[in-house]
Amino acid sequence: MTSPTRLSDVALPTADEEIWRYSRIGELDLAKYRAGCVDTVVAASGEAANVVSPGSFADCGKAMPIAVDAFAEISAIQSTGDSADVTVVRVPRGKAIVEPIVITRTVSASGVVVTPRLVIDAGENSEVTVIERFVGANDVDSLVVPIVEMSAAQSARITYLAINELGNRTWQIAHQQSLGERDSTTRIYTVALGGDYARVRTEARLVGTGASTQQVALYFADNNQMHDFRTLQTHVAPRTHSDMLFKGAVAGTSKSVYTGLIRIEKDAHGSQAYQTNRNLTLSEGAWAESVPNLEIETNDVKCSHASTVGPIDDDQRFYLESRGIRPEIAERLVVLGFFNEVIERLPNLPVVAGLRDKVAAKLGGAL
Amino acid sequence: MSTLKISNLQAGIPGKQILNGIELTVKSGEVHAIMGPNGAGKSTMSGVIMGKPGYDVISGSVSIDGEELLGRPAWERALAGLHLVMQYPTEVPGVHIDDVMREAFATRGRDAKELDALIASEAARINFSTDLVARSLNVDLSGGEKKRNETLQLSLLKPKFAILDELDSGLDIDALRDCARRVEAATTEDNLGVLVITHYARLLEELKPDFVHILAAGKIVKSGGPELADELEKSGYVAFQ
Repeated sequence: MTSPTRLSDVALPTADEEIWRYSRIGELDLAKYRAGCVDTVVAASGEAANVVSPGSFADCGKAMPIAVDAFAEISAIQSTGDSADVTVVRVPRGKAIVEPIVITRTVSASGVVVTPRLVIDAGENSEVTVIERFVGANDVDSLVVPIVEMSAAQSARITYLAINELGNRTWQIAHQQSLGERDSTTRIYTVALGGDYARVRTEARLVGTGASTQQVALYFADNNQMHDFRTLQTHVAPRTHSDMLFKGAVAGTSKSVYTGLIRIEKDAHGSQAYQTNRNLTLSEGAWAESVPNLEIETNDVKCSHASTVGPIDDDQRFYLESRGIRPEIAERLVVLGFFNEVIERLPNLPVVAGLRDKVAAKLGGAL
Repeated sequence: MSTLKISNLQAGIPGKQILNGIELTVKSGEVHAIMGPNGAGKSTMSGVIMGKPGYDVISGSVSIDGEELLGRPAWERALAGLHLVMQYPTEVPGVHIDDVMREAFATRGRDAKELDALIASEAARINFSTDLVARSLNVDLSGGEKKRNETLQLSLLKPKFAILDELDSGLDIDALRDCARRVEAATTEDNLGVLVITHYARLLEELKPDFVHILAAGKIVKSGGPELADELEKSGYVAFQ
C-alpha cells in the first residue's frame, strides 16, 4: 500500500475504530479544506536562539517512527510541499538551555488545513524547555494537525508545554510523541482551552533504564466544544517511571473524552506507572467520559489508576458557603482549586502565569 | 448583645424526623454545651441550624436578634453572624485559607488589606504552623490540624455565634487546649456566643460552659449548670435515654 500524495486521497478513520470511539471524526469533511500554512513565530533569547531552527521533513521521524494514520499522512503530504512548517530544536550534548523557547503558531485563514511540526532532539545530559502555543481568532474555521516528536538522550531533560488557545470554530487533531533513553526526564504538559473539536494523542515511550516521564493536562471546554485526549504510557525498559495527571472541566453543552493506557512490557520490571484523570461536569448538559486502562506483562511493578467524573462536590460548596461566600464564588474557588493542582506543576514562566487568569475568565462565563 | 433563639425546631432527613422540638436561647458571651449520646441528633442539629443541604425542616424557628435564618442559604446565615466549626472539615484541594478568607471578608464588606498579617498572628495564637496554613484546605492535615484550621477561621471571621460540632473528636490534648482556649478568649474579647456540641465532658474542662443541656432522642431533656456535665461523666447517658 502506498502513501497518499494528495489530501483528496486520504481515507479518514471512523468512530468505529476503538481509538476514535466517542470522537467527532465522523463530522470531519476534508474537502472543506485546502493546503495552508500557520504563521510561526519563535521567541528565543540567549543560547536558546542557537538551538532552534527551521527544518524540513527530513528531520522528522528519525528518533521514532511516527505512527501511521490519516493525520500523519496529511502531515507528510504537506510537509514535503509548499506548506511545510517544521521547527527543529536540537540541543547539543551537555548543554542546559535556561531560557524557554516559545513557539507561537497562529492560524489566521479559514478553510485551510495546516500541519506544523516540531522536533525536539535533546542530546545526552542536555536540558531544554519548549512552549508551543496555538492561537487563532474565533471566526477561523480551519483544521490544525500538529505533530511533535521529542527524543531525550541519556540523562536529558525535556519540558514541553502545548497551549491550545485556538478559535472556537477551529478543529485540532494533534499528536505528541516522546522517547526517553536511560535516566532521561520528559515532561509533557498540555493546556487546552480553545478549539471546536480539539484532540490530542500523547504517547510517552520509556526505552532506557531509569527513564521517567510526566504527562500533565488541564482542559476546560464550554459551549459546544469537545476536548478529546488519548494517552499512552509505554514502559519498555526496567525501572522506568511514568506519572500522568489529566484534569478537565466541561460546561454548557460541551464534551470531553479521556482514554488512556499504561503498558508495561515484559522487560520493564521495577517500573512505576500512575494515571489519574479527574473531570468536573459544571452543567446538566455537559458530558465527560473517562476510560483508563492497564496492560501489564511483567511482575514487580507498581501501577495505579484513578478516574472520576462528576459535578462540584456538595460538601465542598457547603463548606465554603458556610464561611459566608456566595454559591457562585464558592464554585469558582472549587474549580480554580481543582485546576491549581495542574497549574502548580507547570513550569514557572510568564506565559503560564497568564493561563490562570484565562481559566478564571472562562470560568466567569461558564458558571 | 445578641441572641440566638431556637424554638420548637423539628427537622430530619427525608422520611425520618430526628429533632423533635428543640428550645434553646444563647446570648452573646455565653457558652452552652449540648451533650448527648450517639444518635441523639447532635450533628443534625448543627447541620440544620447552619443550613446544610440534605435536611428537611418540619417546623420551628432559628433566629439571631429576631432575624429568621431557616429557609435561607448557608452563606446568608454566616453573614447574619452564625459560624459552624465542623466535626469533619471538608477537604477542598487547591483552595487556600487566604483565598477563602479574602472572599469571606469581601461579602462582609471587610477590608482584607491586613489579612495575611491577621492570619499569621491568629495562627500563632493557637500554635498552628504557618507551613500548614499554606496547604490546601484540610488536605493532608491531621485531625488536630484540621480543628486548628477551623478555629483559625472562626477567629478571623468573628461571628456573633459559633456552633462547635464535636470540636474534640480526634483531637490530641495540645490541640484541644489551644482551640478551646481560643474560643474561650473570644467569648470575652469579642463577646462570642457559643453552642458546643459534644459527647464527652473532656472538652468542657478547657471550654467552661455556663449552661449544659442534655439532648436525647431529638429533644433537650434536661438543662442545668456546669455540674450537670460532671453528673453525666459519673452516671452516663443511660438515665436520659
